[in-house]
Amino acid sequence: MMLKAKLLKARMLKAKIAGHVLTLAATVLLGGLLSAVLVRLAPGFDVDERELDPHLSAQSVQALRAAREQDQNIFRFYLSYMNRVAHGDLGKSFSLGQPVRTLLRDRAPTTLRLLALGLAMAWVAALALALSAAWLKASIFDAASTLLSAALLCLPAAVLALLSVLWNISGSLAIALIVFPRIYRYSRNLLTRSYSLPHIVTARAKGLGEARILLWHAIPGIAPQLLALAGVSVSMAVGAAIPVEALCGLPGVGQLAWQAALGRDLPLLVNITILVTLVTLLANSGADVIGQVFRSQES
Amino acid sequence: MNLWQKLASALLAGVLCAAATASWLAPRGYAGQDREAISEPPSRAHWLGTDELGRDRFARVLYGTRISLLLAPAAALLSTLMAAVIGGLAGYLGGTWARMAMAVTDLFLSLPWLFLLITARALMPLNVSPLFSVVVTFLLLGLLGWTTAARVLCASAASLRSADFVRQARAVGVSGQRLFWIHVLPNLKPVLFAQFWISIPVFILSEANLGILGLGVAEPMPSWGSLLKELEGLVSVGEEPWKFVPLALLVLVVMSFQSLLARQEEMTA
Amino acid sequence: MKKACAQAIAVASICIAFLATLAMAQTGGELRFCLRMEPKTFDPLKVEDEASVQVRYLTGGTLVRINRQTQELEPELALAWKVSKDGRQISFRLRSGISFSDGTPFSATDVAYTMQQLMDPALHSPTGDAFRSGTGSVETKIVSPTQISITFPAPVAGLDRLFDQVAILSQHSPKRELAVLGPFMLADYKPGASVLLKKNPNYWKTDEEGRKLPYLDSIRLDIQPNRDVEMLRFKRGELDLINSLDSEYFDKLAATSPQVAHDAGPSLDSEQLWFNEVARAPIPDSKKAWFRSTNFRLAISDAINREDLSRIVFHRHAQPAAGPFSPANKFWFNSKLTPPAYDSNAALKMLQGEGFRLENGTLKDKSGNAVVFSIITNAGSKIRERMAVLIQDDLQKIGIHVNVVTLDFPSLIERMTQSFDYEAIILGLTNVDLDPNGEMNVWLSSSENHQWNPQQKTPETAWEAEVDRLMRVQASSVDPKKRKEAFDRVQEIVVEQEPFIFLINKNSLSAVSTRVHGAVPVILSPQTFWNAERLTVAGQ
Repeated sequence: MMLKAKLLKARMLKAKIAGHVLTLAATVLLGGLLSAVLVRLAPGFDVDERELDPHLSAQSVQALRAAREQDQNIFRFYLSYMNRVAHGDLGKSFSLGQPVRTLLRDRAPTTLRLLALGLAMAWVAALALALSAAWLKASIFDAASTLLSAALLCLPAAVLALLSVLWNISGSLAIALIVFPRIYRYSRNLLTRSYSLPHIVTARAKGLGEARILLWHAIPGIAPQLLALAGVSVSMAVGAAIPVEALCGLPGVGQLAWQAALGRDLPLLVNITILVTLVTLLANSGADVIGQVFRSQES
Repeated sequence: MNLWQKLASALLAGVLCAAATASWLAPRGYAGQDREAISEPPSRAHWLGTDELGRDRFARVLYGTRISLLLAPAAALLSTLMAAVIGGLAGYLGGTWARMAMAVTDLFLSLPWLFLLITARALMPLNVSPLFSVVVTFLLLGLLGWTTAARVLCASAASLRSADFVRQARAVGVSGQRLFWIHVLPNLKPVLFAQFWISIPVFILSEANLGILGLGVAEPMPSWGSLLKELEGLVSVGEEPWKFVPLALLVLVVMSFQSLLARQEEMTA
Repeated sequence: MKKACAQAIAVASICIAFLATLAMAQTGGELRFCLRMEPKTFDPLKVEDEASVQVRYLTGGTLVRINRQTQELEPELALAWKVSKDGRQISFRLRSGISFSDGTPFSATDVAYTMQQLMDPALHSPTGDAFRSGTGSVETKIVSPTQISITFPAPVAGLDRLFDQVAILSQHSPKRELAVLGPFMLADYKPGASVLLKKNPNYWKTDEEGRKLPYLDSIRLDIQPNRDVEMLRFKRGELDLINSLDSEYFDKLAATSPQVAHDAGPSLDSEQLWFNEVARAPIPDSKKAWFRSTNFRLAISDAINREDLSRIVFHRHAQPAAGPFSPANKFWFNSKLTPPAYDSNAALKMLQGEGFRLENGTLKDKSGNAVVFSIITNAGSKIRERMAVLIQDDLQKIGIHVNVVTLDFPSLIERMTQSFDYEAIILGLTNVDLDPNGEMNVWLSSSENHQWNPQQKTPETAWEAEVDRLMRVQASSVDPKKRKEAFDRVQEIVVEQEPFIFLINKNSLSAVSTRVHGAVPVILSPQTFWNAERLTVAGQ
């Protein structure tokens, strides 16, 4: 009987995981389609800057326009795109004339490194400052951290990126500076609230060690929220990567995304959106799952 | 109210007063071009100097305050409310609602909204008043800016669902709606307040960035975001420290908001 | 005796060492500057964007070269050339003993191959289209390995000068377009980051003393679209030159190091404002009536203070424009033309003559509509945004309310060429040719690039018909005097009718670090490195 129950449980788990994976895949594909629709509907889709060159003859201009026409019907485009992806071909970029696969493959490592380092630095700083604020409860310290995060929030991303070029700081630090104030505020508020909960106040009053309180009571209480924040911080970092890479001259996917957006480069944009959706979904789903583990442990 | 909070309120009140009396404090207006006084340093006539078209920077800061300080908090409120409903409610209800809401949130985070904004600009006629254009911009920002908080709120609400006091309340027979609005929502306040506070400067800056799509405030009307854009000419800004005044003002205002929000939290905790 | 000998030898060796170091200091080194965009192609026949054109200039070997300083045509790979009387045929006598960068020998067959590839109707490139004066195929006749004649189906205006853009490809080399005849060759390309060019070991040119050119070992081109960052890096010494500098940076640079900033005078570039005159445009009929009225356009032109534009936006590094061509174009500019004087009273009188009247500070037309219109321009160009705001202020003085909208470039182009949903635009022409035939498609009323009212089936106004006729006359003549007469008249008509309200001609501004020797900034592009083969970089 125990074995049957265990098998049943395992099958349910498998079904659950399969369900999650299917939802993930469906969302990613929907994201690609929606982004294609957005790009197609926006004005400027089927014009080419080269048409403005007065040296081109009338036939050449017609040829340029005809080349764009094949992507008119967005559903047909998307279906043929999915067909090609099944064979490993991600399409060819309009603005750069190179296959999307090579472009992404060459640039992904730079961006991944940038994001990983930037996020790590931002989280270390945010948690350290938030913890100090919650522990020390000294208003001066809190005010100083608030000042720092306010100043960073008020600086345009372009200025931060330019500063990093001026002072020769790496792009990851620029990303960290952009992401840090956003996660600091949430984590500080969450931690402070957590520390003011009755059972932690009592534990502290009873003289339980700070480390023990932190690791066993304060953080697990807000673990799901912090994890959700971690998932969202990935999106924040991806968004910040675009101006930082463009200004610091780092040849990553962010710079590619910006060029693609300006040039209405549909193949490139659809691929990048799918990539970003995948990364976002994985980060957030991962956060969800781990959060659920924490929650089930709590109860 | 402690000293800091008193100072914060005083500062905000002062800034709002100055913005309201802008036409009296800066009679030349924000568009008047003094073509003989280009990029001048601060002087008697121009307290913060002039910009590259000879317009009085002090007047532009005052008029820009009116727009940014009115609209950015409104947009921040909108995005916070949307996050509360989408994230908080979904998390509280749990199950498929939560999953669907989170899938929508994730999609929202990943899609290239640039194109929606470009389409929005294309749908607006070219000859709209600058005010209309900036209101539409902040509205769009509010409608698109709720995603960060939604996820965190969902996680918070989900945790709260299985919290002791909620269970007790349910056991006693408190209805779902009442439970949500009176017991659950107040506990989401740390996240809500954080979202509101962060959104204000983020929206102010985004409004200026959207200028490249034709959205945002239209020339010659100023906004804080457009004033902060002057800092991008970093090469020269070291020698012209008065260009930092809009930034300093924004930081002070943002910190004052934080102070007041903290007070709000204290009062309702 | 021995001591004197030793001393003499010591002195001699010091002298030799000194001269040797002098000689060594004159060669080698790496020149570094930035490309504004990613080069889209390295195939010289398909090149269209500025970055690719610059790379082609450094790597491509052409038959003739327009000397950017004197604006005269000079022999390169061709020793001599002759254009036939009817303008349809050109014959070249080529140098012998030259090989491509990979050792493949160069001969007339390569020239024939390049021309056949260029004239392929499936290749839609501006370089090839410039030769397309009529339908039919191009014939190439190879008389000997060093003599070739090329015949076109119809006369081509300015035929010899067009060959400045044609980089010769090798027919036989396995490296295809990577085998080049120019002073540098492509060594490395990191997409999104940089392009590295190394000196071509087989470059045929030598200097007057017989030393091999180029002097430089390599050129590194970083891809950097942001001008603030480019300026920062130049100031830090990471870049050796900035090819085209913005006027506000020029002044700051000139203040600290004047010998680094160069103002070469008015360039060929212009900025202009024009109104939408398309009959089927989705704008109110009342506005169409205003924009199509010549006197309305002339009045607007008079109401714009061009001196202020030049002074405020360009810090005096620009001149008010007199017409479609800049005075820097010495041969073709119609010297009788002068820029319109700023006179808002005259403008108001002209408008009142057309039935407009000023009521409470607002200008209203015959039917009582307030004169309100929008000017669109591309975002990201601070210069155009500022000009638009100054013009907005100027026109406010005569009661016209202008809305300034900055759009992203593709949206702008769509409004300009497809939906015609705009009222007025400010844009500029850059990298303009010296020869007006390059702008044929701007002035022909039936063409796509006739921006204010493109693709007219028949000319909608008498003056546009006259301009069509004159442009065809200058395209089909070979006699430069006849061509100039025709184009002078075109310039006069354009100034009388103002379909384009020409605003200013920018100066050619550049920055060259003191480390670089031999640079002579000029107005024709590429302004600072047109003589790249003779540049040296010291102190590395």
